[in-house]
Amino acid sequence: MPSSAPKLCVDDVSMTFKTPTGVFHALAPVTLSIPQGRFVSLIGPSGCGKSTIFNIIAGLLEPTGGRVMIDGIDATGTIGRVGYMLQKDLLLPWRTVLDNTILGMEIQGVRLREARSRALPLLHRYGLSGFEYLYPNSLSGGMRQRAALLRTLLFDTDLILLDEPFGALDAQTKLQMQEWLMRLWSDFGKTVLFVTHDVEEAIYLSDEVHVMGTRPGRIIATIPIALPRPRLRTSALTPDFVAIKERCLKLLTVDGTAQETVNQAA
Amino acid sequence: MAVQDSSTLGEMARLELTQPASIPAPAGPARRLPVQKDWPTWALITAQVGILVGGLSLWEIGARTGWIDAFFWSQPSAIAHTLSIFFTTGDAWTDISFTFRSTIFGFIIGTTAGSLLGLSFWWSRNYAAVVQPYVICLESIPKLALAPLIILVFGIGLVSKVAVATALTLVVSTLTAYAGVKALDPDGEKLFYSLGASRLQVFRKLVVPFCLPWIISVLRVNIGLALTGAIVGEFIASQHGLGRAILYAGQTYDIALVWVAVLVLSTLAMVMYAAVSWLESVLRKGVRQ
Repeated sequence: MPSSAPKLCVDDVSMTFKTPTGVFHALAPVTLSIPQGRFVSLIGPSGCGKSTIFNIIAGLLEPTGGRVMIDGIDATGTIGRVGYMLQKDLLLPWRTVLDNTILGMEIQGVRLREARSRALPLLHRYGLSGFEYLYPNSLSGGMRQRAALLRTLLFDTDLILLDEPFGALDAQTKLQMQEWLMRLWSDFGKTVLFVTHDVEEAIYLSDEVHVMGTRPGRIIATIPIALPRPRLRTSALTPDFVAIKERCLKLLTVDGTAQETVNQAA
Repeated sequence: MAVQDSSTLGEMARLELTQPASIPAPAGPARRLPVQKDWPTWALITAQVGILVGGLSLWEIGARTGWIDAFFWSQPSAIAHTLSIFFTTGDAWTDISFTFRSTIFGFIIGTTAGSLLGLSFWWSRNYAAVVQPYVICLESIPKLALAPLIILVFGIGLVSKVAVATALTLVVSTLTAYAGVKALDPDGEKLFYSLGASRLQVFRKLVVPFCLPWIISVLRVNIGLALTGAIVGEFIASQHGLGRAILYAGQTYDIALVWVAVLVLSTLAMVMYAAVSWLESVLRKGVRQ
């Protein structure tokens, strides 16, 4: 049974917070199912509960209702099951780039020498050679994000959550990082759940885009992206791409007033 | 009135902003950037030595001509004489070693215990909330006022001096380490927990290294405080130490000895300060932040 189960299943997960003025519904029941090896994006306006979903999947927040299933096993409220990259790179300034990237392995009890020897070839392969023994404060924003992403990937889980990893980068660096991430994803075959504000980024990278609405946070549309891979930059100019982008933007601007049926394609 | 003034000023400023062309060019000769020429090193050193020699000479001459009362102020020649006696036949080394030991022990105990106490507040918000008012109280008490009590409890030996020095350094270290704990980014903890870390791992790999720069920054302050504590302890009751020497000399009107003890004490303070600064730079290199 677990072998046929999706990698991640967010099953009717809802979240309410008690505030002095009453109850705040951060998430209406949300259901997501992501098969192994997929790249799936969540887009939505600020405050639509994207980060709440991530915190719940990562086990850092106990949902008010529903379950999180990973590989068919109930993982609600348990930590250390997914690689989670937060918006900030959170590199530890007192560790070298290499020692930052092995943090996950170290916490899991892998011996330091072994962890380093596993990480080094990857640092070399993914554009961080020459930076291994530098400290993060001497790195550019793009390089810091690379180190943070490799830290997430080196933490040995099949599922990784990326919360706006390129949000703070300049446009040029962002494009490079997207290419880099695509290479990484096709090399590692991990299942990725990606949050972004950037519609074009979401479409360019993903197999499927979930558009979210606010008050309460929920998924208002699921759009499969059937564009062939590997994708070229110029594919953003094709009519298919533009049509999807238009639809996403329309959904985001009207935000829920015109609620589309979930899972049209399925 | 002041309010009216400022509002009219504001209006004027606005008027000037809208009509920049109407500002007249400043009258008089054009002003140049003031330039300071650096003296060569030998000139600086000559000036520094000159002030010292000149001051001492004036003091000596003043004392000999009776212009300065040598009974209250002593004079450099007498101080130099007392200094040689202090080191040849006097208790110089016993006193220096006594003060040095109480300072160093107080410094180490106070800094270590205080830092651990401050870091311990990370473990439980409830515990921190309960203990915090006491720490703030302890901070506001002038610790030196407790010195007589400490001497009574710990006796007139080395232990009581160490205790006063510890009391002075402990609270500062606690508050500084706690400031570090409070500055910790909660997202950092989130990252560690998302990787499946235990609380002990978060403490060892995140909290302690993060707070180390705070703890290091308090070292230099603490060495001064520890010395103050040791001296005050000796002032109140002691058989040895530079503080006792100063007090004893003052009470017996041996002003030259007061100066000698102060001179030796200052030298000791400078040596310890330099040592701690060196320690700090070594630690900082190890910590890299």
